[in-house]
Amino acid sequence: MGLLYGLIAVGLALIFGLMDVTNFAHGEFLMIAMYLSFFLFAFFAIDPLLSAPLVAAALFIFGAVVYLLLVRFAMRAKANAGMVQIFTTFGLAIVMRGLAQYFFTPDYRSIPQSWLGGKTISVGGIFLPEPQLVGALVSIAAFAGLYFFIHRTDFGRAIEATREDPGAVALVGIDKNRVFAFGWGLGAALVGLAGAIMAVFFYIYPDVGASFALIAYVTVALGGFGSVFGAFAGGIIVGLVEAVTALVLPPSLKSVGIYSVYLLVVFIRPRGLFGSM
Amino acid sequence: MDKDFAVRRRRDLIIAAALAAIAALTPLFVKDVVVQNILILTLMYAGLSQSWNILSGYCGQISLGHALYFGLGAYTTELLFTKFGVLPWFGMLAGGVVSALIAMGLGYPFFRLRGHYFVIATIVIAEIGLLLFHNWEWAGAAMGITIPIRGDSWLKFQFLRTKLPYFYFALALCCLAWFVTWWLENSKWGFWWRAVKDNPEAAESLGVDVFNSKMGAAAVSAFLVAVGGSFYAQFVSYIDPESVMGFQFSLLMALPAVLGGIGTLWGPVLGAAILIPLTELTRFKFGGSGRGVDLIVYGTLIVLISLALPRGLLSLFSRPKKTGAAR
Amino acid sequence: MSALLETRGVWQRFGGLVANSDVSISVGRGEIVGLIGPNGAGKSTLFNLIAGVLPPTQGSILFDGEAVTKLPAAERCRRGIGRTFQVVKSFETMTVIDNVIVGALVRTTVMREARRKAHEVLEFTGLAARAHVLASDLVPAEKRRLEVARALATEPKLLLLDEVLTGLTPTEAQTGVALVRKVRDAGITVLMVEHVMEIVMPLVDRAIVLDLGKVLVEGKPADVVRDPKVIKAYLGDRHAVGA
Repeated sequence: MGLLYGLIAVGLALIFGLMDVTNFAHGEFLMIAMYLSFFLFAFFAIDPLLSAPLVAAALFIFGAVVYLLLVRFAMRAKANAGMVQIFTTFGLAIVMRGLAQYFFTPDYRSIPQSWLGGKTISVGGIFLPEPQLVGALVSIAAFAGLYFFIHRTDFGRAIEATREDPGAVALVGIDKNRVFAFGWGLGAALVGLAGAIMAVFFYIYPDVGASFALIAYVTVALGGFGSVFGAFAGGIIVGLVEAVTALVLPPSLKSVGIYSVYLLVVFIRPRGLFGSM
Repeated sequence: MDKDFAVRRRRDLIIAAALAAIAALTPLFVKDVVVQNILILTLMYAGLSQSWNILSGYCGQISLGHALYFGLGAYTTELLFTKFGVLPWFGMLAGGVVSALIAMGLGYPFFRLRGHYFVIATIVIAEIGLLLFHNWEWAGAAMGITIPIRGDSWLKFQFLRTKLPYFYFALALCCLAWFVTWWLENSKWGFWWRAVKDNPEAAESLGVDVFNSKMGAAAVSAFLVAVGGSFYAQFVSYIDPESVMGFQFSLLMALPAVLGGIGTLWGPVLGAAILIPLTELTRFKFGGSGRGVDLIVYGTLIVLISLALPRGLLSLFSRPKKTGAAR
Repeated sequence: MSALLETRGVWQRFGGLVANSDVSISVGRGEIVGLIGPNGAGKSTLFNLIAGVLPPTQGSILFDGEAVTKLPAAERCRRGIGRTFQVVKSFETMTVIDNVIVGALVRTTVMREARRKAHEVLEFTGLAARAHVLASDLVPAEKRRLEVARALATEPKLLLLDEVLTGLTPTEAQTGVALVRKVRDAGITVLMVEHVMEIVMPLVDRAIVLDLGKVLVEGKPADVVRDPKVIKAYLGDRHAVGA
């Protein structure tokens, strides 16, 4: 579970941290991904595991389009830039939720039979639910790929450079909008991946994103803004804390553990564990 | 130049008094209960947003966790009333004091945080409050508290046959929050807050007590919001954790100020006057379908206003500041 | 009469880096003292130690005969130390007069009084015509002036100026120099950090040269510029004063 949070959070961290833009519609990106996965299964009987790359690709395009149509303009605001970004993406989130209700109805849906659903696997005598396990593996792979991408390829470095000094980057001929659109696409694709896997073992409904969005924020902040590694580490910590709180507190209080750990961490380290901003 | 300033302040006060007078007379013409309801909510959110604006607009400490104080106000009042028979009027005061104290207690660790870290901490603390109330048996847990109906009474501040007293209280709350803002705007605190928002380091070098400035803003803001929460509890006569401490309240307090003009005297009132009727009307018109049209309309509006007018709707009325004209 | 400001054996270390080592300087009442030195000499660090941004690792700072070593910046302001910032830090969303009122509120909580004081200071610094302009709309030279005005409104005994003359056009710099003299004539002691020697030397009564975190030379400006040690320290620097 923690690794999936990590995956959602890494997508957010990319948008949020590397570009220093708030995306309050991140949970709704997740919701869209889960629906996509659901419909691909319902109409074409494509198992979520197979459709995951498709969903990720679709979300990539969606993320890039959102950047080009909306966020680009929000980043240009001369006054109250932070608030404009928060409320533009928040408005988008509300619209997306509304659209989901309109087209998909508020009903709860789930994917009844998939390759992974409900199965468990025994590792050294411990039974682990298969979907979570696959989720974990996919997350690790995606994280490794992303890490490599950011730190080892020219384009990854371009994203980072663009955040630090858009003016200088423009001088060496990099188009800021192209780089950021790609970054948004990538962040959305990661959420798409997470959504596709989560569609297997969570109910799907228009508001589903909201419940994960806050945890994703906490995860990113816990790890520290501006650090992809931090987001991933944050995800693992959040997953562990959730598991531990589940043992000692009633299920309805499980998030209290995560929230308390966040507060504790930032009181001691106001920039999160690995934050640079 | 100084005369200009005094004139402007007096003009603000006169406009406010005139608006309040007009508002006070509306019930004479508006008899429709649905419309009255919308007016009451508009006034309440105008007051709440004005209070939120003190901490987040003037002092620059963006809080998206003010639902905590709203809920604390509601719960303090109703717990005192149902468990100990304390009249809501005293409960209201107690709720305000409790919230202000908690806001200051939280301020110690919170005000060291900056930017996103602070915002997320405020969301998180309100969520923790929500979850705790969800699990607190004595306070009704998820079932909440139903306020026993004893008939119309000013003493118990509950009215079944008419909504007018609620209307006037909401109006009074809105006026109070506005007046407090107006008064503080031209005081040492008002100047300190704006200085802290713009540049804490420079403020510090000019002898501003940055930490206590934030604490003061938090206390005033939390107190007023809690009074609003008490009022709301009496108004709807049933509370549960989600319905008074949910995240949507934090947003509904922030949105009017942001859309109207954050950190300005008139922004919250203007924002609430447009946003709340619109929210309620779209919900009334389209909400019944359960198909989210209200959300689509509402969301689109928020996106458009934030993109088109980053300084808020109020900037439409003020002269362009670039020319350096006197304010 | 004792010195207004005195540092005694002040050290400041950042990790392994020593920014100030054993710095002892004093500033007498009514003086204009220049604190100069090449880049990385530790001027800004010393300035921040005096202003109270951070406490020194070792040593003590005395102001008006009392130890202020550990006092926070706001308290030092109340005691009578005013400062400007090298990178201007105006309150951008506030008007010029409101910026200055923030400073004036240290001495009074009566708004009318603070406003009157602010007008007086704006008059003094030549910003009166710009009183109702937003600070963000000022040109850089005016922003520097506003920083001085804001600090003056706190009624300081000692005014710390951090490179207020750097980066100005010659005409602007001349106006700046005149303002500093005017401030001193109003009875306020001035300690100014400058990197460019040509600008400060004619203005100051006494110059203290820092190099590599230590006091290299101090004395009358005319003597200091001729000191071989100073020339050597500045050698290779494009602002060097030729011998």
